[in-house]
Amino acid sequence: MSFEIPENLYYTESHEWVDPETGKIGITDYAQDELGDIVFVEFPGVGDHLETDDELGVVESIKAVSDIYSPVSGEVTAVNEALEGEPELLNDDPYGEGWLVELDLDSTDEVESLLTPEEYESQL
Amino acid sequence: MALRTPPLHAVHETRGASFTDFGGWEMPVEFDSINEEHEAVRTAAGIFDVSHMGEITVTGPDATELMNRLTTNDVSALEPGEAQYAAITDEDGIIIDDTVVYRLPASLPEGTPGAGADYLFIPNAGHDAQMHERWTAHREQWGLDAEVTNLTDEYGIVAVQGPDAEDLVAAAAGEAARDLGRFSAEAMTIADVPAWVARTGYTGEDGYEIVVPMDDIEPVWAAFDCQPCGLGARDTLRLEYGLLLSGQDFNPEENPRTPLEAGIGFAVDLDTDFVGRDALAAQQESGVEQVFTGFVLEERGVPRHGYSITDEDGAEIGAVTSGTMSPTLGEPIGLGYVDEGRAEDGETVFISIRDEGKRAVVRTPPFIGENQ
Repeated sequence: MSFEIPENLYYTESHEWVDPETGKIGITDYAQDELGDIVFVEFPGVGDHLETDDELGVVESIKAVSDIYSPVSGEVTAVNEALEGEPELLNDDPYGEGWLVELDLDSTDEVESLLTPEEYESQL
Repeated sequence: MALRTPPLHAVHETRGASFTDFGGWEMPVEFDSINEEHEAVRTAAGIFDVSHMGEITVTGPDATELMNRLTTNDVSALEPGEAQYAAITDEDGIIIDDTVVYRLPASLPEGTPGAGADYLFIPNAGHDAQMHERWTAHREQWGLDAEVTNLTDEYGIVAVQGPDAEDLVAAAAGEAARDLGRFSAEAMTIADVPAWVARTGYTGEDGYEIVVPMDDIEPVWAAFDCQPCGLGARDTLRLEYGLLLSGQDFNPEENPRTPLEAGIGFAVDLDTDFVGRDALAAQQESGVEQVFTGFVLEERGVPRHGYSITDEDGAEIGAVTSGTMSPTLGEPIGLGYVDEGRAEDGETVFISIRDEGKRAVVRTPPFIGENQ
């Protein structure tokens, strides 16, 4: 089975993605497929400052609970409130309408230590 | 220990199923999406491979007495072709397992599962060896004349469930399938395979459970053109109806409960003399401290097995045993044990989710259907 892995994003081994241009963070196509039907998303507060690997939220599917970790450090500037009413957006469009939070990144250099699309694909 | 694999494993794999370990068996958990599979069973029909369930037959002059002494219900009330739900309890009245007992007709055609036996009962996944041992040990202890045979590796079970199940089974097994009453069973032939067809199930819907020889299960599975469903949907379906899940809603080691606590007092006949009877009679007299009930979460979150149930001050008054986001209702629902005085319908309780008390309201299951 092949999964979508956009070229413009960076990835973590725990299946989060970050867009260095917008500061948006989400979970990968592979992660949403593994979790199955997503029914609940819990966010940090807007204005919270997260360090790398801090808990960024919780995603729950019918069958599993999954903690989500911040791939980089920064201040939370927005959370995707649409997911509160329609958590299935995360299954349908994990890189688009299913984004989780937006960070004002402390430093764009941090993404350099994350996985490139090729590196992420090779670990799946 | 290596997992036991059902004979349809390769068929499920080809169909794109993901698998999970359930009671020592590698079973399909999901084919397409739990929500899709769940909805198919509520609105049309779904088919489940439940070959991980056990099959044990009991035969001989004392078969009825052996069954009656080891299950909580009155087996002697069963006519041939009837099924009965019962618990299996220890001396303290603690549920070791729950089961469906079938009284088999003497006339079953050769090759039909159960042919030649007096009773067939279905222990939960992974319990077959333990139950076989329990039955044989008690037979010896009581000096009863009955043969007990564990046929779990020889029979498989396919469940067809949902409002369209009657049409599907009638098309595959013949029109006689329509005449089967709830908790009745008959020998039928499906795809040239001799089958024991029962109008029972674990989804809250009308449906059939079909016991067939394991080696011939593939054509039986293929005879039904409907949504294949995994154990994920089976769990959400049974949860919406408040049906107990062995190991989770009761567990003799981690969560020992009696049938009276677990809400299945209807399956206990204190006029019969079974193991655990005196303990249950005493509990009936004294009352239970906690009762099994359901609740609906009124705040965002998903209740899960093991979460505490508290009062408004945060004092623990129970625990969640099962929970999910109900696909039918779109609301988070759960089952669990709550202190007797706090289990009235409409009572406000709190579910401790990641150290935060989320408000919930007690509701006696089923969550859908007649009590909705």
